[in-house]
Amino acid sequence: MKSKHLALIVVGIAALVFPLVVPSDYYRHLVIIALMWVVIGSAWNLLAGYTGQVSFGHAIFFGVGAYTAGILVTKLQISAWYGMILGGVVAMAVALFVGWVCFRLRGPYFALATLAGGEIIRLVATNWESLTEGMVGILIIQSFRSKVPYYYIALATAAICIYVIHLIMKSKWGYYFVSIREDQDAAESLGISTTLYKNISLLVSAFFTGTAGAFYMNYMAFIDPHVVFSLHYISIMAILVGIVGGVATMMGPAVGAFIMVGVQETFRSALFGLVPKWVSQGHALVFGLIVIFVILFMANGVVGDWAKIKKHVFRMKA
Amino acid sequence: MDRLLQTLVAGVLIGGIYSLIGIGMTLIMGVMGIINLAHGQLMMVAMYITFVLSSYLHLDPYFSLLVAMPALFLLGVLLQKLFLNPLMKIESILPENQVLMTVGIGMVLTEIARFIFSSDYKSVKTVYSSSVFFIGGISFNLPMCIAFFFALALTALLFWFLLKTDIGRSIRATAQDRDAATLMGVNTGKITVITFGLGSALVAAAGCLLIPIYYLFPDIGGPFTLKAFVITILGGLGSTVGAIFGGLVLGIAESLGAAYIGMGYREMVGFVIFVLVLIFLPGGLKRLTKI
Repeated sequence: MKSKHLALIVVGIAALVFPLVVPSDYYRHLVIIALMWVVIGSAWNLLAGYTGQVSFGHAIFFGVGAYTAGILVTKLQISAWYGMILGGVVAMAVALFVGWVCFRLRGPYFALATLAGGEIIRLVATNWESLTEGMVGILIIQSFRSKVPYYYIALATAAICIYVIHLIMKSKWGYYFVSIREDQDAAESLGISTTLYKNISLLVSAFFTGTAGAFYMNYMAFIDPHVVFSLHYISIMAILVGIVGGVATMMGPAVGAFIMVGVQETFRSALFGLVPKWVSQGHALVFGLIVIFVILFMANGVVGDWAKIKKHVFRMKA
Repeated sequence: MDRLLQTLVAGVLIGGIYSLIGIGMTLIMGVMGIINLAHGQLMMVAMYITFVLSSYLHLDPYFSLLVAMPALFLLGVLLQKLFLNPLMKIESILPENQVLMTVGIGMVLTEIARFIFSSDYKSVKTVYSSSVFFIGGISFNLPMCIAFFFALALTALLFWFLLKTDIGRSIRATAQDRDAATLMGVNTGKITVITFGLGSALVAAAGCLLIPIYYLFPDIGGPFTLKAFVITILGGLGSTVGAIFGGLVLGIAESLGAAYIGMGYREMVGFVIFVLVLIFLPGGLKRLTKI
């Protein structure tokens, strides 16, 4: 237990001083994006990993959060930073409807219903031009020139998100969630209102994902429906972050976020310019290959399969 | 009145092809219990095969049915053997691994197609591509009619196969109760492989039939995967008869939506139906007939 606390403190201090010792805006940017994915991945993990309701549509909540923040600026002329709370709240409102429709279905059907939900809302955002500006997207002016304030905001959001989920999983709710994942009928027969707790899990998950979306709007200052409601780059990425790191582990999504952002960036930049440019065109291909590889060989992720990975690495050394 | 009739005719004709796509998906759904999210992407592969055959070897798109269907059958068999069956043995917390795997396969297929053919729009022009005939003021697009009748014939063939042959019966048995089928001596592992191949071959046929009236680009798979999925939910999961009606309903609804609401909403109609079905008729059309 002691060494675990020590590790947390070391990671915490490293995270706090990171932007002060690393002057490169490029690496700061990568870590900010990774921290955003920590939030989304952890939120997805609460719903999918702990409660067993695998969502293929977290782009719904991410996009709604981002659009809430953007519309605050374009329609109400107030700061997009209010979106950090409001975006989460609106995402929760959408989640209530999504839950109402999708929790009629179990298991894989829930996953697919959320997938279709993501596509529906993308088409709505594309066609409802009076509210969302359609394909033109929303462009706002960034609040800060420097990356440092964004870094600390992202870090605080990620820390709060992980801490809240940690608290939830230690409470009674956490046990209800896991019991629903393990055996829904047994949970129901023990008097747990499975629909209620599935919805609670979904709402918490949606709130944090919406907050991450609002942060994205503030940080990137530009969104359009194809970016924030993207099936591959938001919904599937959220699943990958969870699975690569380790489903149903507290730190898994955090590890997964850094790995996935790192891998994606490595290929997008063609191994940082070391290999010919055409390699970067294949980054979507690599993304798909990672999906296949991870499912076949690391079903429980880096954190979940750590013992297995350690064994294999040691055998290679011996 | 003419406008309504014309819209209905167009809807039914495209609905026939949608049914073919939907049946492939619902077969896989029934036997394996998963939705194949690479379904549209498999169709895309078949369309590129047809495109290559017609632009380099000048083969008629309908003739390439004979090439694309076996090719996709093989591809489906390989995918099932190499990527999906091994997953059954892997212990993991989430049961959705197979669905996610099909997403990965779909992405890889799309990107490979983009690598080879680039993102440009391609089309296959035939002499009859834009030929039209009239029956009482209603115009019928010839390739769409041919496609519709091919779709009908293939569906009839499939039903004969499922109802009358040994393998067909084994497929239905596996879909009804996997364990019981295994106990009766059905090699369910082999049946899943055959079913995935069969589903792929059917969607390949749909691709060949679509190509004279459609255009082709690597991302075409995604929208069709979603359509197939809507049809499957609409028809009732795992029900082949439901998928036929689901396809027709989707085709008609889409063309009504495009004609009376606006082209931009064409894609949305399917999803609205999808949500309505989930809310008011969970279980799909299958539920109405109790078959």
